[in-house]
Amino acid sequence: MKNLLLRLSGRFFLQLLKMLALLLAVSIIAFALISASPIDPVQQYILNLGTAVSPEQRAEIAEYWEQDTPPLTRYLSWLSHLLRGDLGESSLYRRPVAEIIGERFWNSISLMLCAWLFAGLIGFSLGCLMAMNEGKWADRFLKRLCYVLSALPSFWLGLVLLLLFSVWLPIFPIGFSGPIGMLSENISFWQRLHHLFLPALTLSLLSFGNVALHTREKLIDVLHSDYVLFARARAAGKWKILQRHGLRNILLPALTLQFSSFAELFGGSVLAETVFSFPGLGSAVAAAGLNSDVPLLLGISLFSALFVSVGNMIAELLYGLVDPRIREAAR
Amino acid sequence: MKMNHRKLLLFCFAGSLLLLLVICLLGLLIPESAVSGSFLEARQAPSWEHPFGTDAMGRDLFLRTLKGLSTSMMVGLAASLISAFIALLVGVATVLPSRLLDSCIRWIIDLFMSIPHTVLIILISFSLGRGLKGLLVGIAATHWCSLARLVRAEVLQLRNQHYVAVSRRLGKSGSWILRHHLLPHLAPHFLVGMVLLFPHAILHEASVSFLGFGMPPEQPAIGMILSESLQYISAGMWWSALFPGLLLVLIVLLFDRLGENLRKQLDPYSAQE
Repeated sequence: MKNLLLRLSGRFFLQLLKMLALLLAVSIIAFALISASPIDPVQQYILNLGTAVSPEQRAEIAEYWEQDTPPLTRYLSWLSHLLRGDLGESSLYRRPVAEIIGERFWNSISLMLCAWLFAGLIGFSLGCLMAMNEGKWADRFLKRLCYVLSALPSFWLGLVLLLLFSVWLPIFPIGFSGPIGMLSENISFWQRLHHLFLPALTLSLLSFGNVALHTREKLIDVLHSDYVLFARARAAGKWKILQRHGLRNILLPALTLQFSSFAELFGGSVLAETVFSFPGLGSAVAAAGLNSDVPLLLGISLFSALFVSVGNMIAELLYGLVDPRIREAAR
Repeated sequence: MKMNHRKLLLFCFAGSLLLLLVICLLGLLIPESAVSGSFLEARQAPSWEHPFGTDAMGRDLFLRTLKGLSTSMMVGLAASLISAFIALLVGVATVLPSRLLDSCIRWIIDLFMSIPHTVLIILISFSLGRGLKGLLVGIAATHWCSLARLVRAEVLQLRNQHYVAVSRRLGKSGSWILRHHLLPHLAPHFLVGMVLLFPHAILHEASVSFLGFGMPPEQPAIGMILSESLQYISAGMWWSALFPGLLLVLIVLLFDRLGENLRKQLDPYSAQE
């Protein structure tokens, strides 16, 4: 046991180092891309202000943005501020970026968590169901459905759901994370869930088909193996086989896939949040890009890379923790 | 006439290719004047005259959708060709015996996979001043990774094959092995992977222009039409959201089918199924 822990922590630190290197590279790329942009941040800042500025004020703003210093110096200064936890101030929302990310992250994470759990659980069970009925009409029908689902553009799916359940059948609200005109402290849990449902459904339907099809493939491989044939010869039931041979073999790849799908999840949330005007990180990054809010765009890009890397890291570590072959080897 | 499965597949393949070509050409042939509507005809529900209805500015949505789809398809096509080329280069570079280069490539792929694609496209589009160029570069830059991984895995497996080792012992040069052993084996995988990139690229084009990072607003793009429809959805203009999206889904599914059919044709295991 001690050996295992030692090994795991070794792996953990290795992964952590790799992640930090990746994040540093992402920050360099993001900064370089934004520096190369022909869009003038000073001009955009003034546009976002919405008032006229005198030439002196303009010069002051230009100085704040350090327009004349070379990009490398600017990057280093941004990085040193970043390491102290200062991500700058958003020109769109007029608040510190770190505060905006912290606040919107909770909205986004609840949305993504719901979608992630829903897609994982339902997709996995459907995949098992399909594989156990391989070739029958239920399998064929569900397979086609999953193919179609995985080809749907998520934002259009959101539009259709909005049309069905908000416009025609007014069951769900048309957007936002709570009733309009209500303070966020007063919104009840059920109201939040009510507003979360449609965006989460949109987001989960996006990855649901892939999860189901992947599970189906894996389980079919297992069910065609010799040991399942032998179990069948011993007159083991369908469900016993699934429980004893199926689940054990496919759970780990499914979990790994699930944790390494964070990139798609975040990408999808940008669209889902925009359709439902849900105040999360995804809609903020789109707004930041459109309104040339450089600090916010940089901050969220970096944060999304962190989010994805953490997912990948969990997937890597899970292998060591769950797989008995690797666990035994550590002893 | 009795057709075997292979012929039927080929027939389907030709049919879907033709349909896609027709949509692409139709979009190019529709003149600008046909999509500049009048306010008298604004917000009309679908009828025989306007099969998809009209939008808030009185433009015929069917013609606009066709035009938008053909632009989306062009962008998707160009972007996936570029990214397929990058993927091929990256994949084949795996053959080189340099260990350092190999881990570099792996790291770069990991790097590109660690930023959500939508966010990276937004960054690239911002960097190139939005518009068509940003869109094209953004989509091309984000789509090569998965295909490159596939090609790499294939190359790594091939490199250890006995016949490659024998060739090397017989004194064949690296480029000879590349031309005679690797490329013929990679070609079908690569072709299928490239065709399967199209639907992905088209979907991304549509989503990014839906967010507002695409073409200028006067240019009809499918994402733009759908993002306009979002503003009028609560006013009951259901047709402007439903039909253009349905057509987009149809195109994506057709491309997907095309790729799958191609895979079945080229794979000797399933070609005769």
